[in-house]
Amino acid sequence: MPDDHEINYNSYKELPPSPIATGSSLVFKTGGWRTMRPIIDLEKCKKCGICWKYCPDVSIIIVEDLPKVDLDYCKGCGICANECPFDAIVMVEEESI
Amino acid sequence: MKKVLSGNSAAAYGSMLVRAEVISAYPITPQTKIVEKIADLIANGEFKTEFVKVESEHSAMAAAVSASLVGARTFTATSAQGLLLMHEILHWASASRTPIVMVNINRGLAPPWSVWADQTDSIAQRDTGWMQFYCESCQEVLDTMIQLYKVAEDKDVLLPAMLSEDAFLLSHTSEIVDIPDQEKVDDFLGTFDPEYKLDVNRPMSFGSLSMPHQYYYEFRYKIAEAMENAKNKIIEVERDFEKVFGRSYGGFLDLYRCDGADIVLVAAGSMSSTIRIAVDEMRDKGHKVGLARLRVFRPFPVEEFKKLAKDVKIIGVLDRSFCFGYEGAFFTEIKSALYNMDDRPLVKGYVVGIGGRDVTLDVIFEIIDDCMKTTDTKEESFKWIGLKG
Ligand code: SF4
Ligand code: SF4
Repeated sequence: MPDDHEINYNSYKELPPSPIATGSSLVFKTGGWRTMRPIIDLEKCKKCGICWKYCPDVSIIIVEDLPKVDLDYCKGCGICANECPFDAIVMVEEESI
Repeated sequence: MKKVLSGNSAAAYGSMLVRAEVISAYPITPQTKIVEKIADLIANGEFKTEFVKVESEHSAMAAAVSASLVGARTFTATSAQGLLLMHEILHWASASRTPIVMVNINRGLAPPWSVWADQTDSIAQRDTGWMQFYCESCQEVLDTMIQLYKVAEDKDVLLPAMLSEDAFLLSHTSEIVDIPDQEKVDDFLGTFDPEYKLDVNRPMSFGSLSMPHQYYYEFRYKIAEAMENAKNKIIEVERDFEKVFGRSYGGFLDLYRCDGADIVLVAAGSMSSTIRIAVDEMRDKGHKVGLARLRVFRPFPVEEFKKLAKDVKIIGVLDRSFCFGYEGAFFTEIKSALYNMDDRPLVKGYVVGIGGRDVTLDVIFEIIDDCMKTTDTKEESFKWIGLKG
């Protein structure tokens, strides 16, 4: 099966047995659904890692001890901002950025 | 090797014989002994498998689907309320084309609470895309487990399968069971190696979205087609199984003394054994009565029923379940299967055994008597037998 984004089939006979997407989330960047973006103030951040732990989309990545938002997959749910004990994360409307 | 096993233990040994690689199950009466027996077999080192302890039946089935998607041969077991809790994931299993085999112990649904034999739980899962088998003996449970993996994992089928046993009447009845040699089962089954599976080296997403103009419709058709393919496969596997293991259960319909019968009773599960005795007694008295034990409910054996109906005057259908607002499911479906025949027999419906109410010989004789008294073959009848009142 080719790793194409979308494959067009002419007949049901050519389809795999069940709905399968090739490439998985490596291809589908689901961050596009986001309307709010978390902005981390690294001045306030104490590197506690709580945001990393709570993000349901594994979209906080730790780079050189500091949290960074992976915008390819962050859905903007705001959980990280809510959980940060030091108010180091604020949610900002995507359109205002 | 012969052992005295209950229907539950036969299922547990079955899961070991087929070398189920992942088992996720949650205990529920009267299925609990299956889970306990598997735990024993693992604890004493006989059975190497990944047993996943889950917090509910919904999770049990979700874990089973995931395991099967990885390419593991997967087993689970449940009953009644547990099966109902699985309902959502039953659809996921069939549409993900995961050939999971599950034993369901047919038990009454609450309220009022009942832990006794009643087939409403599995009948209520009729439209989930699972194959459905009903067993009569502990040996049949063990043998059918082996057959089911062979059918379910076939590349033209790839559908999950449910094996049902009546609560206590089979789950807790002990019989001598011949446990086939492991090597023979290994040879018969082979290994499960699906073409598409969850694999970190070849990442794919399963169960993704399909827009109305894309392929949802076609994927559903493929399930329908797979069910049709299963019909041939079930017969083929039954034949091959008999060659290797020397036992056979008649495929879809297990016919007992139906030759030349005027009246044939149709039933599924443990009450079939009682009906066999009633049939013998009636035959001794010169009455032409037979039994067609419904072994497979999905895919539904339309052709087999048509063949049976050709030479029969009356078919009496016993349902140990009820579809409120209509009638017993077997009754409805058998009538529908025969509707287009030119010269079809009269089909009569009887509800029996709900909530574990004993289906005694007297109950069977009452039904046979009712069939024999029927003179008007245009009459359609449907009755709850033995209702207090
Ligand atoms: S907004 Fe939600 S998805 Fe995005 S990084 Fe924070 S917790 Fe994760
Ligand atoms: S929770 Fe707040 S303080 Fe802790 S690592 Fe994340 S941003 Fe920094």
